[in-house]
Amino acid sequence: MNSDTLNTLDTYSKNKYKYGFVTEIDNEKPKKGLNEDTIKFISSKKNEPEWMLEWRLKAYSKWKKMKEPKWANLSFPEIDYQDIYYYSAPKGFEKKPKDLSEVDPKLIETYNKLGIPLEEQKVLAGVAVDVVFDSVSVATTYKGELEKLGIIFCSIGEAIQKHPDLIKKYLGSVIPPGDHAFSALNSAVFTDGSFVYIPEGVKCPMELSTYFRINAENTGQFERTLIIADKGSYVSYLEGCTAPKRDDNQLHAANVELIALEDAEIKYSTVQNWYPGDEDGKGGIYNFVTKRGLCAGKNSKISWTQVETGSAITWKYPSCILKGDNSIGEFYSVAITNNFQQADTGTKMTHIGKNTKSKIISKGISLGKSQNTYRGEVSFLKKADKARNYTQCDSLLVGNQCGAHTVPYIESKNNTAVIEHEASTSKINEDQLYYCRQRGLSHEEAVSLIVNGFCKQVLQELPMEFAVEAQKLVSISLEGSVG
Amino acid sequence: MFLEIKDLSVKIENKNILDKLNLNIDKGEVHAIMGPNGCGKSTLANVLAGKEDYEILNGSINFKDNDLFDLNIEERAQEGMFLAFQYPVEIPGVNITPFLHSAINSKRKRMNEEEIDNLSFAKLLKSKASDLGINIDMLKRSVNTGFSGGEKKRYEILQMSILNPDLAILDETDSGLDIDALKIVTEGVNKLKTKDNSFLIITHYQKLLDYIKPDYVHVMVNGSIVRSGGSEIAAEIEKDGFQKFQQ
Ligand SMILES: Nc1ncnc2c1ncn2[C@@H]1O[C@H](COP(=O)(O)OP(=O)(O)OP(=O)(O)O)[C@@H](O)[C@H]1O
Ligand SMILES: [Mg+2]
Repeated sequence: MNSDTLNTLDTYSKNKYKYGFVTEIDNEKPKKGLNEDTIKFISSKKNEPEWMLEWRLKAYSKWKKMKEPKWANLSFPEIDYQDIYYYSAPKGFEKKPKDLSEVDPKLIETYNKLGIPLEEQKVLAGVAVDVVFDSVSVATTYKGELEKLGIIFCSIGEAIQKHPDLIKKYLGSVIPPGDHAFSALNSAVFTDGSFVYIPEGVKCPMELSTYFRINAENTGQFERTLIIADKGSYVSYLEGCTAPKRDDNQLHAANVELIALEDAEIKYSTVQNWYPGDEDGKGGIYNFVTKRGLCAGKNSKISWTQVETGSAITWKYPSCILKGDNSIGEFYSVAITNNFQQADTGTKMTHIGKNTKSKIISKGISLGKSQNTYRGEVSFLKKADKARNYTQCDSLLVGNQCGAHTVPYIESKNNTAVIEHEASTSKINEDQLYYCRQRGLSHEEAVSLIVNGFCKQVLQELPMEFAVEAQKLVSISLEGSVG
Repeated sequence: MFLEIKDLSVKIENKNILDKLNLNIDKGEVHAIMGPNGCGKSTLANVLAGKEDYEILNGSINFKDNDLFDLNIEERAQEGMFLAFQYPVEIPGVNITPFLHSAINSKRKRMNEEEIDNLSFAKLLKSKASDLGINIDMLKRSVNTGFSGGEKKRYEILQMSILNPDLAILDETDSGLDIDALKIVTEGVNKLKTKDNSFLIITHYQKLLDYIKPDYVHVMVNGSIVRSGGSEIAAEIEKDGFQKFQQ
C-alpha cells in the first residue's frame, strides 16, 4: 500500500469518528417528523453556512403549500411526512448486523449471484466494517488523478463548504425548489449526494461513480446531486448502487441536476435496484426522483441511461431541456416490474433551441401482477426550428396479470419540427421460449435471455462493466415469476 | 431399445394428428421419415421434443430408459435430444455465443460433467462454424435474426454439432439449402454420426438420402407409419408419389 492510501485510511477513520459515534450531538437520536427544527438540525449537523439554511427553509415553506403530483398511474397510501426520519446518521448504527450471518440470507444470495466480493457484501449489507482497503485505495488513486485535472468530485455537503460560488450559482437552477412537492421536499431536507465539476476543455478520463463514495459515506434517503460540465468538457457518471441496498426507509426523493455548457457532454447512467417489496407486495421503497438536465450551451449533449428494476413504486422522468442550438438529449430506459411493483417512468424533452435533437428508447417489461407505464412528453417551443425527436417505446408482457401502458404527449409550437414515434406491446413469444428450452436452457434462463435481448438496445449504452452487471440484474429481477 | 414409440395418438385443438404411431430406433441407426404435407411429421418431432401444445391421447414413448413424458422440454434436450427445426424462430438481441454456451453447460451440468469455460467454448464454436462454412461474422449476430432460409438451416446444424446429441431429429433441414450447402451440411451430419447416436431425418427429397444413408425409411400417412423398409422406398416415392400408400 502506498503512503497516499495510508493517509486516506487515516483520515477516513478519523472522519468516521467525527461523524458517527463520539460527540454528544452525534449520539442524539434524530426525531421523526418534518418542521423548521428538523431542517435546522440537518443544517447544523452538516455545519452549513447561513445562506444554505435559508435556502432550505424557503423550500420548506413552499413545500408546505404544495400537494404531491397525482397524475401518474400509481396507487399508494397517503404518505405521512411526520412519520419519517429526515436525518439518519451512519445508517442503522444500532441495528447494524455484526457479521454476514445476521444478514437476510436472501440478500446474500443475490450478492453472490452478482459476483460481489465478500468484503463489499459486508459494506453493502451495512455490516460494521472499519476500513475497506480496496475501495478506499481505489478512491484515493482516482482522487489524486482527478485533482490534477482540476475536476471536483466530492459530496454535495463538502461542495457547500468548499465551493459556495458554484453551489449558489447552479443549485436549483435546473430544478427550482418550487417545481413540485418532491423537489421542494428534497431541497428542504437533502442530506447527501454528489457534486461534480469538470473544468473547461477537460475530458474526464474515467467513469465517475457514487459507488466508491457510498463505501465511504452513507447516502441518505434524500440525495441531491449536481453535475456541471463546463465548455467543451466531457464526463460519464454512474449512479449508485449496482447492488441491492436494503433500506428501512419508505420514501426516497432524490434530485439530480445536470448542466452542460457549450460543446460539453454529460452521460449519466443509473442502475436502480432498491428493495422492491416482497412477493406479496409488502414493504419496498417509494422512489420519487426528479432528474433534469439542462443543455445550456450550443452543441451540448446530455444522455440519460437507466435500468430500473427495484422499488415498490418508481416515479421518475429524467428530462432534458434543450436550450442551446444544436444540442442533443437522449433517454435510454429499461424498466422491469415484477410481483406488485408499479413503475411510472419516462422522460421529458423540451426543445427550445434551433436544430435540437432528442432520442427516446424505452423498454418496459412487466411480470407478475405489476404495472408498468411509460410516460413521455416531447415539446417544441416557438424558436425550435428544425428540431427532431425520435421515440421508440416497446413493452413486453410476461404472464397475463400484469399491465403495460404507454402515454406519450407531444406538443409543438413550431411547424418545422419532425417527430417520429414507434410503439409496440407484445407478449413473450412462446416459440422463442420453446426454441431456447429445446437447446437445454431452463424456462427461467430462456425468459432471461429473451428479455435481455429485448433490452439490448438500451443495455449497450451502459459503460461496459456496468452493462454486465445490469444484465445479471435483469435476470435476477425476473426470478420466481415464471413457470 | 434407445427410442421406442408405441401406439402414439396425439391431438391438437380437437384435431387428431397422430394415430397409433409406432416407431423404434436403436443406437447408431439413421431413420428417415417421408410423407405428404400435413401428415404429422413435424408434430411427431415436436411431441418428441416436448412441445406443450399437444394432447397425448394414447401410447408411450421411451427414450434412453426414461418415460419421455416424465421429462420437460429442457430435460429432454439435456438428455441428448436435439431438434433441428423446420422453421427456426428469430430471437432478436440474443447472441449465438452466450446462447449456445449456456445450452451446452446446462447439458453438462445434468450429466455431472465440468462446465466449459468461455475461451474453450469460443474456440470450439469457431472451429465448428468454419467446418460448416459459416462466416465468423454470423456468430456475432442475434440468433436466426434476419438470416436467409438456408442460413437458418446451417445454423441449426452448427448448434447440433456443438451440442452433440444422442438423438438428432432433422425436420426438413434440406429444404431451402442450395446444392453446395446441402453437401456441407450432410457432411457435417456424417461426421457427427457414431455407433452411439441416432438420427431421425424428415425429408421430402430422395436427394438428401443420397448423402446421408438411412438404415430405414418410413412412410407416414395420416398420422401413422404405413410402410417401413430400406432406401428403395425413397426411390419408389420419388417415382410414384404417395398415392399408392394412401389407401
Ligand atoms: N397448432 C395447430 N392447430 C391446429 N392444427 C394444427 C396445429 N399444428 C399443426 N396442425 C395441423 O396438424 C397437421 C399436421 O401438421 P404437421 O406440421 O405435423 O405436418 P407435416 O407432416 O410436418 O407437414 P409438412 O410436410 O408440410 O411440413 C396439419 O394438418 C396441420 O394443419
Ligand atoms: Mg413439417
